[in-house]
Amino acid sequence: MSALTREETEALIKEVLEVYPEKAQKDRAKHLAVNDHSEEQSKKCITSNRKSLPGVMTIRGCAYAGSKGVVWGPIKDMIHISHGPVGCGQYSRAGRRNYYVGTTGINTFGTMNFTSDFQEKDIVFGGDKKLAKLIGEIEGLFPLHKGISVQSECPIGLIGDDIEAVSKKAAAELDKPVVPVRCEGFRGVSQSLGHHIANDAIRDWVFSRDGKDIKTEFVPSPYDVSIIGDYNIGGDAWSSRILLEEMGLRVVAQWSGDGTLAEIELTPKVKLNLIHCYRSMNYIARHMEEKYSIPWIEYNFFGPTKIAESLRAIAAHFDDKIKAGAEAVIAKYQPMVDAVIAKYKQRLEGKRVMLYVGGLRPRHVIGSYEDLGMEVVGTGYEFGHNDDYDRTVKEMGNATLLYDDVTGFEFEEFVKRVKPDLIGSGIKEKYIFQKMGVPFRQMHSWDYSGPYHGFDGFAIFARDMDMTINNPCWKILTPPWQKKPEAEAIAQAA
Amino acid sequence: MANIMIRRGAAGEYVFYLPKRDLEDTITSMEFDQADKWGGEIKLNNGGAYYVDPMPAPPRLPISVRARRMDAAE
Repeated sequence: MSALTREETEALIKEVLEVYPEKAQKDRAKHLAVNDHSEEQSKKCITSNRKSLPGVMTIRGCAYAGSKGVVWGPIKDMIHISHGPVGCGQYSRAGRRNYYVGTTGINTFGTMNFTSDFQEKDIVFGGDKKLAKLIGEIEGLFPLHKGISVQSECPIGLIGDDIEAVSKKAAAELDKPVVPVRCEGFRGVSQSLGHHIANDAIRDWVFSRDGKDIKTEFVPSPYDVSIIGDYNIGGDAWSSRILLEEMGLRVVAQWSGDGTLAEIELTPKVKLNLIHCYRSMNYIARHMEEKYSIPWIEYNFFGPTKIAESLRAIAAHFDDKIKAGAEAVIAKYQPMVDAVIAKYKQRLEGKRVMLYVGGLRPRHVIGSYEDLGMEVVGTGYEFGHNDDYDRTVKEMGNATLLYDDVTGFEFEEFVKRVKPDLIGSGIKEKYIFQKMGVPFRQMHSWDYSGPYHGFDGFAIFARDMDMTINNPCWKILTPPWQKKPEAEAIAQAA
Repeated sequence: MANIMIRRGAAGEYVFYLPKRDLEDTITSMEFDQADKWGGEIKLNNGGAYYVDPMPAPPRLPISVRARRMDAAE
């Protein structure tokens, strides 16, 4: 099927909106748009970061998910207490595949679940004593942990527990940082505010303690950088890190995939902050720019075109040695990239993709698909803000669909009409679309594959997309009783 | 009054950031942008306008300042 024209896309949006009551229709219309390159500003065509409508199926998460699940969770040598009832911690445990090295339960704690398991009496009488006791037990059982963060769940804010006081007292007793994070799930409209709260907690409780900057013995070099906003999903940060190291930079810190508390404390000493996931960690980069005069740039390690662009942009901040290093890295991987493209492009050329993810992917992975000759015909963010859409408008083709906080119904209708060859979205959408017979990749944690960052990741990305789209199973989805006449003819002849 | 942050963009332009609402935008004009006076009324690309108390000299950027909203877009 050929691409939809602008008018067709507009008509499609209108048609999909028709089922809603008038008020809901008006609200949702602001979140759906047809991409237009002539628009300087995304906010003229699309509204984002607003409360989801009651009654629709939204795919968003909560502030706790943004803080514990995304920003804090991957910091491997700290223990993150899910403070509140047991479910939040259990269901967010290790699902995001933030890989790390270390011995779990001894010096790293990434896949473990620590919770205060609130009961009725804790709600009635307050949970501060329980928290203090829990911190004491952690220190006894896991003495090699480097610090603790207290991730509040909804009830903590509702009953007004003073986790800050408990944390300060415990920090003094243990002589380790204990960070209270006020990321109660009800704050904000999506997980996005949780990212912001988590960033602010790092600023206030890790970078400075008792109002003073921490002291370290760190010896800086002129080539120090940090990777910010890479959560090492399936090993992403590792396949990014080697490229930076090969071009001659020294990666001081990984935020926060496979990251440690010490790395985070050292970040204010670097020369340049490299931001991959802009949405979840721009806040801390802005803070470091103001307070420590560290510039930051956004980069994109999806697909060889964007990687080469990004490596050159990063190198432009350094001297000629690094610039030559960047060229050497690009040249070194070129044969591998050529081989990948030669193998997969013929199998994937012209295929059309619809995306609906969070954070940076709705715009960052477009380059990867385009390098394989594929086309992204629709994209949207779960919890993006206007600045995300500003950046997306330029990346997407004209007259393609943009959808913000899309509802289950809208997404299904769009897919029925646009008929993409592949959908990239989350686990909640996966089985619906697979049952509809549309090839699907779970793009939150790379469908249990990965890494997808870097040149090595691109090879895996290309293989996975080919494996999904050209899988023979999609042709045998029609049940026997819905088969077309030739089957009937055979049956009659028998 | 709102806390805002002003920084230099890649092209040397002023960029406005309102953390509370995660609003990032370029500044199209600033009332005083001289060696001896900096601040005043700032106009944003989205049509909004804010007022920053003028400072005696251009500060080191980025800087967080208190600003009064004169006219917000939306």
